[in-house]
Amino acid sequence: MQKSSRFVFSALCFGFAFLYIPILVLIAFSFNQSAIASVWGGFSLRWYTALFNNEQIIEAALLSLKIAATSATFATILGTMAGLALTQMGRYRGRLVFTGIIAAPLVMPEVITGLSLLLMFVSLQELIGWPVSRGASTITIAHITFSMAYVAVVVQSRLSSMDQSLHEAAMDLGGRPMQVAFDITLPLIAPSMLSGWLLAFTLSLDDLVIASFTSGAGASTLPMVIFSKIKLGVTPDINALATLIIGTVSMGIIIASLIMFRQNKLNKVG
Amino acid sequence: MSDSKPVLTTRYRQPLGDKLWRRFVIGVPYFWLLLFFLAPFAIVFKISFATPIVAQPPFTQLFDFGTDTTHWLLATWDNYRFLTEDNLYWVSYFKSIKIAAISTFICLLVGYPMAYGIARAAPTTRNILLMLVILPFWTSFLLRVYAWMGLLGKNGIVNSLLINIGLIDSPLQMLYTDMAVYLGIVYTYIPFMILPLYATLEKMDTSLHDAAADLGAKPWQTFIDVTLPLSMPGIIAGSLLVFIPAIGEYVIPALLGGLDSLMIGRTLYDEFFVNRDWPLASAVATILLIIVVIPIMLFQRSQQEPE
Repeated sequence: MQKSSRFVFSALCFGFAFLYIPILVLIAFSFNQSAIASVWGGFSLRWYTALFNNEQIIEAALLSLKIAATSATFATILGTMAGLALTQMGRYRGRLVFTGIIAAPLVMPEVITGLSLLLMFVSLQELIGWPVSRGASTITIAHITFSMAYVAVVVQSRLSSMDQSLHEAAMDLGGRPMQVAFDITLPLIAPSMLSGWLLAFTLSLDDLVIASFTSGAGASTLPMVIFSKIKLGVTPDINALATLIIGTVSMGIIIASLIMFRQNKLNKVG
Repeated sequence: MSDSKPVLTTRYRQPLGDKLWRRFVIGVPYFWLLLFFLAPFAIVFKISFATPIVAQPPFTQLFDFGTDTTHWLLATWDNYRFLTEDNLYWVSYFKSIKIAAISTFICLLVGYPMAYGIARAAPTTRNILLMLVILPFWTSFLLRVYAWMGLLGKNGIVNSLLINIGLIDSPLQMLYTDMAVYLGIVYTYIPFMILPLYATLEKMDTSLHDAAADLGAKPWQTFIDVTLPLSMPGIIAGSLLVFIPAIGEYVIPALLGGLDSLMIGRTLYDEFFVNRDWPLASAVATILLIIVVIPIMLFQRSQQEPE
């Protein structure tokens, strides 16, 4: 028993070191005065100033934030509807196909999703003249499509683990399905809708491959700009950008889990 | 089938509003997925039979109902013939499957003890450890791959560390190798392995272990005969979550792999963006889709029977 727990303990240490050392090194070197990746030239914020003076990056970041916010919102609406359709709507024709295609975007290789969506947009343009050009709007549609699958899975798992008696009681008392959905179900699943939104937001902010396929000549998202810069090697201002992104996200996650942790505690006490 | 059995749903006539609501909730996401997820595959399949031309869009139509009524179908097998004749594609497909399979196995080897340790930790520690696994999953995938470029490069941290210790005299070639690709895939995908493993291990009834121990089983015997078989759903789900997307991976081989580390995602990407051969890229995608369709169906099955 002793021996096996020591093994598990060292596996945990090794695993977390593996997960975190590269990120920590990256963060440390974003404050490096020297431009050479492995030489420590003293503490400096010069790469941060360089970053904020880089208009191309700022512009791309704003575009990415806009696309992420829009696509996450639509993905949450559609994904929640899909979650409801899979758990609370009983039987209907085509349910099997629906369950089949809702989880598939989660694992589908990005190059396939990207290429197929692009060809879809091109064909639609030939057929009905829409979308007129490819750019932010087509990237947004593509992001909605793959992130609604994530939202649907999160919402569905919450719905199926939830106590159905409230829903049934409301229906028995003569509530109309739509009323019950808005008054009972949605407030109950609101936390998972929020985490679905956040997940969709970060997935959109991070996507390179699908955005590259579905974007036109004009629009470059932040990952596209980052990728074109790092393809040729390490650039210190990207280290600074990475530190900012990782710092913001980690802060958000830690705060969110602290709040959830406290609520759980309060619920237990109360 | 099950349709023959009367179901406990609405026996009375549904009011119109309820019916519309139901149609709306089911119909809108369904239609969206049919239009933007399922139908596009049909178009990829169609264009894989077209001929590339210099035009906008850069491929020919498949049907021509013009003057020549005997040759209205312009579909061609050329793209697929080209794929079978050029070694590059077979090597790419084979290598992608190999790299994805080995990476999945390494993820399992590293991830299983971690998931086990997290599941057996005290509740407070467990939450913290779980958050530490989820945190990298939320932070940028692209930037986490990029972090390895700084570590593995010729003037990177690992090389300068090894030289300083005196283990090596000149920097090793680590970046732009297959080893870097394996490292990158394991590094970025391991949370996908740990989380489903943790979910099954955490739910597992520990009294089974006590029973096995009481009956005289050694710890490793308990592990092989009890824990491992019971955690199979987690192993399957985690492995598929790593294996399927890893086959088509583009970013990792493009940033960490050498020019010879041909993975099919990268080949497809280059065929499309560099050579601008859309029909050939579509043929490459169609075959890739055929390769991943069975694992995807297995994945969906594993998602549907958690109870």
